[in-house]
Amino acid sequence: MNEWLSLAQGWLGPAWPVVWNVLKIIVLLVPLLLAVAYLTYAERKIIGYMQVRIGPNRVGPKGWLQPIADALKLLFKEVIVPSQANKVLYFVGPAMALAPSLLVWAAVPVNDGWVIADLDAGLLFVMAVISLEVYGVIIAGWASNSKYAFLGAMRASAQMISYEVAMGFGLICVLLVSGTLNLSEIVRQQGTGWFADHGLSFLSWNWLPLLPIAVVYFISGVAETNRAPFDLPEGESEIVAGHMVEYSGMAFALFFLAEYANMILVSFLTSILFFGGWLSPVAFLPDGLHWLLIKASVFLFLYLWIRATFPRFRYDHVMRLGWKVFVPITIVWLLVVAVWMLTPLSIWR
Amino acid sequence: MAEIKNFTINFGPQHPSAHGVLRLILELDGEVVVRADPHIGLLHRGTEKLAETRTWVQSVPYMDRLDYVSMMCNEHAYCLAIERLLGIEVPIRAQYIRVMFDEITRILNHLLNIGTHALDIGAMTMVLYTFREREDLMDAYEAVSGARMHAAYYRPGGVYRDLPDEMPKYTVSKYKDEKRVKELNRAREGSLLDFLEDFCERFEGYLDDYHTLLTDNRIWKQRTVGIGVVSPEEALAWGFTGPMLRGSGVAWDLRKKQPYEVYDQLEFDIPVGTNGDCYDRYLVRMEEMRQSNRIIKQCIDWLRKNPGPVITDNYKVAPPPREKMKTGMEELIHHFKLMTEGIHVPPGEVYAAVEHPKGEFGVYAISDGANKPYRVKLRAPGFAHLSAMDKMARGHLIADVVAIIGTMDIVFGEIDR
Repeated sequence: MNEWLSLAQGWLGPAWPVVWNVLKIIVLLVPLLLAVAYLTYAERKIIGYMQVRIGPNRVGPKGWLQPIADALKLLFKEVIVPSQANKVLYFVGPAMALAPSLLVWAAVPVNDGWVIADLDAGLLFVMAVISLEVYGVIIAGWASNSKYAFLGAMRASAQMISYEVAMGFGLICVLLVSGTLNLSEIVRQQGTGWFADHGLSFLSWNWLPLLPIAVVYFISGVAETNRAPFDLPEGESEIVAGHMVEYSGMAFALFFLAEYANMILVSFLTSILFFGGWLSPVAFLPDGLHWLLIKASVFLFLYLWIRATFPRFRYDHVMRLGWKVFVPITIVWLLVVAVWMLTPLSIWR
Repeated sequence: MAEIKNFTINFGPQHPSAHGVLRLILELDGEVVVRADPHIGLLHRGTEKLAETRTWVQSVPYMDRLDYVSMMCNEHAYCLAIERLLGIEVPIRAQYIRVMFDEITRILNHLLNIGTHALDIGAMTMVLYTFREREDLMDAYEAVSGARMHAAYYRPGGVYRDLPDEMPKYTVSKYKDEKRVKELNRAREGSLLDFLEDFCERFEGYLDDYHTLLTDNRIWKQRTVGIGVVSPEEALAWGFTGPMLRGSGVAWDLRKKQPYEVYDQLEFDIPVGTNGDCYDRYLVRMEEMRQSNRIIKQCIDWLRKNPGPVITDNYKVAPPPREKMKTGMEELIHHFKLMTEGIHVPPGEVYAAVEHPKGEFGVYAISDGANKPYRVKLRAPGFAHLSAMDKMARGHLIADVVAIIGTMDIVFGEIDR
């Protein structure tokens, strides 16, 4: 393997770093997009079984080709542009929604050292890029020149901004206890501590001392990605599809991809920040990528489970939950953790 | 300075929670509804006028298509009106069958309402659970009438035919193997009454499941408690009936207040709400299903023990049995006259109402003695409920409008007629 790499390096010369990074991006993005496709299949199957029905089972064996069929259908559909829409912004919207949700993966480590850009300010980068997503929604809602899309965009922007505040405070707690913004370093830090030394590393992860933050972070993540029960920006039964109402074909598919990529991202980040990333929960099993995938799958399953169970929040209730419940909880816990770290009882040394 | 105007949106008729073809013009101040203006008529088919050009019996299937989720109750009101004009008695067994199917229809309707109401509010799993139960009840419809929805089972003078001794069964196919088919046919081995008895036993548990999913769910409560509040006085003034009226705390139910058929011999309670909000109306409907289940059980017991005729033996109203028709001249003539001319109803006017799942469904009919009605006026409960849309929605958020549409249980077949 290494021989091949050095051979290619010599052959390509100065172009090598570019080629190497493109390769890394492909290796990350192709499985990611496949995961997005099959997450839709998993969603339909899992929710199907929760709702005493079967879910897709016609295309391919057991319906495994269903996501491919869906993608092909969307590819061949005409993208209809409303006559009064702003033609340029109308297409910038979905692109702006998808681009950040893929860009953010550059800083997300999937295993020890397996990361495209091992940024020292990784956490900050992730937060910054996630915040950009709201522009896609606002631009799409505005450019469609439709009242429903406009309402949806308003709701989405209010919601995403409010929950980012709670998320931000939560991440400050993580930053406090880890002392670093580097995501890989945050994971490595979780592998140390009294419990980790005694073989029970899952008790050393951030979720235990930061339990309220972990819960708030995941729920805010659900709200941030506009998934049920916080799916009011697209509120099927109220404003039909919100900002996506005028989109069809691939333009719609881009929103869809962004939404599912974000779900996967929130699940990965929750696992990385609070549940020890790729670390094994007990000492006698080896660490590795599979642990991160298992942890993320659990959170993705939670997403679907929540969607199948809960009614949708109302706009003002969502705002109330964000500002009056989550923000105070995170601020209080931030203070608790900060004081805790200064006392002799601190577990982070 | 720019003029600030309210946002006016067109809600429907192509909207996922317009429950058919409701068109609402919503004037919004931000997300708050300032004015809600319902537009109707997109499903108008002229049923009342059509009935004037058909014989009396030929209009029975039109009644199915009014409120297309509570088919047999519509037929019931229409048949009652004709029977009152004719002044005939319905055989007691037919009365029990009618009551049983009215209550099955009530469960059918409430299941659809609660399922779709929850779906509108975002709890999408409910609708699939309630449709699983609806499937069984529709099989009961199919067993007696051959049709799953538009039954056309009631006739002036009784019902079309007696309850069947066997149920339609599932067969093995590419997607259902033998084991699955056996499981599906488990309750279908006996007669229709056995099937319904089995359903009644199971249904209590299903209702408990629904309560677990919704009743104490905090989001569900946030979305329904205090939404669309109607005081008892207002409810009466707006002409509310059914669960909409009982949700406000008025214990008015035609089955108790003006008993028709055999309702006075059956035991059941009338649930009423206290606050008159969406949550109370939801609870009233849930409890009504339990009470309907009780009534069905009593009907099953009675029907098992008491065989008998199910349609009047007045051959001027209902056709004679086929054996008699093949041998007797009188009967042949009766059959011929009924099938060509139909029933001749004496002149007069009548109002007959039943406690339909949605409220008071009434038929006001005028006969001039011909074989078809001179005029039929249908009183649809949903029409009165929808007229209160503006009153109920004003000042609420746009998401609450959806909850209010759900709680009104509107079906456009009956409102537009």
